[in-house]
Amino acid sequence: MNPQRFHLACVLLTACHAQPSVPATTPRIITVGAAITETVFALGAENDVVGVDTTSVFPARAAALPKVGFGRQLGAEGLLALKPTTLLLSLEAGPPAVLQQLKQAGVRLHVLADAATPEGARSRILQAGEALGRTAEAQALLTSVDEEWRSAQAIVRSATSSPRVLFIYARGAGTVLGAGGDTPASEMIRLAGGINALQDQRGFKPLSAESLLVALPDIIVLPTHGLTSLGGKEAILTMPGVAQTPAGKAGRIVDLDAALIMGFTPRFADGVTQLARAIHPELSAAGAP
Amino acid sequence: MSSARPLLMMTVVAVMALLLGICGGAYRLNPSSLLSSEGMDLHVLWNIRLPRVLLAILVGASLSVGGASLQAVVRNPLADPALLGISTGGALGAALALVLMDGEHTWLPQRMAPYVIHLMAFTGALAATLLCVRMATRDGVTGSAQLVLCGVALNALCAALLGILIYTANDAQLRSITFWTTGSLAAASWGTLGSGAWVLVLGVMALLLLAHPLDVLLLGDREAGHLGIPSSRTKRKAVLWMALCVGVSVSLCGSVAFLGLVVPHAARLLLGPAHRTLLPACALCGAALLILADLVCRTALAPAELPVGLLTSLLGAPLFMALLLGRTGTGRLT
Repeated sequence: MNPQRFHLACVLLTACHAQPSVPATTPRIITVGAAITETVFALGAENDVVGVDTTSVFPARAAALPKVGFGRQLGAEGLLALKPTTLLLSLEAGPPAVLQQLKQAGVRLHVLADAATPEGARSRILQAGEALGRTAEAQALLTSVDEEWRSAQAIVRSATSSPRVLFIYARGAGTVLGAGGDTPASEMIRLAGGINALQDQRGFKPLSAESLLVALPDIIVLPTHGLTSLGGKEAILTMPGVAQTPAGKAGRIVDLDAALIMGFTPRFADGVTQLARAIHPELSAAGAP
Repeated sequence: MSSARPLLMMTVVAVMALLLGICGGAYRLNPSSLLSSEGMDLHVLWNIRLPRVLLAILVGASLSVGGASLQAVVRNPLADPALLGISTGGALGAALALVLMDGEHTWLPQRMAPYVIHLMAFTGALAATLLCVRMATRDGVTGSAQLVLCGVALNALCAALLGILIYTANDAQLRSITFWTTGSLAAASWGTLGSGAWVLVLGVMALLLLAHPLDVLLLGDREAGHLGIPSSRTKRKAVLWMALCVGVSVSLCGSVAFLGLVVPHAARLLLGPAHRTLLPACALCGAALLILADLVCRTALAPAELPVGLLTSLLGAPLFMALLLGRTGTGRLT
């Protein structure tokens, strides 16, 4: 081996050793959690994302990426096969043993804020920006999100009614769950100027005909996929108990995009606006600004 | 000896499964970069794949040998640890330990936590076994259908109690409990192996050493007594070690169903009922089968994974149905 080659080999070897601390190539990101995926895409890192969990279906480009499975049941080897440098996770990702293995493999793990509030969405943006070295983009995104949030709040303030809103999460007729007071959907209802009809309930619980009659919702809101899984608006009106509620009598059943009303993504202000327009008749009558 | 050749063949198959399990996976290993001992390939091989394959060997052997011993004790080839509620009992014990040892008020050093979970899983599995066998035994005879029905009832009871625990558990505990209900080897690491591997090795060895008394047991209780091997002692030992194998397996990787039914059945068809050859054959085939099943689970949907318990149930349940149909056909079930 001539001296020049030897020198080159030495340089390459040192470079290899230095690699774990300073990623020389472009980052390869895996995101786990719908809101996190959306945040990362909104930060303009979509070309660096190499895999997402099964719940990440927005934007369309994220849905087309390799799926690493359900966020709570990740597999270390499958993830490593995508050769990731960075993992952005929600708090519920696991199992812990797998996360430990990924960490030992030199993947940088970032667990992001989980709170289902506007504040949670904001800190998710900031934390993702910091984790990906995109703080400037994060600040810019935050500015526009705050802007949208202010106008959404202005719209909600102009509402005069405070309807009782029931949020139903459904996966076919067998699973019809009502959202309790501590769910993300409940926070959205509050922000949109409504009252959660199941305020005293905790978490998502199966909805019964009798609990509907106690809740007495003025309007029923579902994610769009939930509405289709139950067979449309007419099918819901024929569900036991629904016809006797004010919402059933007036036929007020609305569907909205699930990620918008449950996710607290960077689009949450849009979700609040849409929900507010849906639950306050006086807002839509006044016409959209 | 006529059984030497099949056993040799099974050893070859098991070794081949082991090699396949180590070489195959979602992450493509590059032999040249392995030798350079730099970077990811070695990490994947040494810290992720090897512990996982070893765990598959231990759990596969434990469940199969445990299943075969259980079948000898109750003289019923339909007895499967998962079917009789023994696995669910173990999962219930482990979940109970987890919920009681909540992080806020630990009365134990953290280092001991896995052992407490193992111990509780063992206790749960043992209690479920004794309860099931006691319920199914009338006048010293354990009825075939009776045993399976008692197992169904016990399974339902344990599942309901697990449901209550799930209802009260916090989010972190919930994740571990749902992990137990569908078996998966995804969490295998040197740490988990360190806490449980030696227990499983011990359990399998003890059951293998019980092969001769179990053979004598097949002759009948009275005959065994005449030969100087009291059957009640043999049964007690076998049940104890079986519960240890099943309980600790469940505590390590959740409930992997039907392995304890499918493997002993296949081995019995090949080698006949003598436990001296049946039990080693079960150990080899169980290990090989679980390695291969797990290999399918971690590659079929890559980069995502399938819990291996789902796959074994998918394969085992139809076989169980076939066995049931075959037995009712000859009118022997009831």
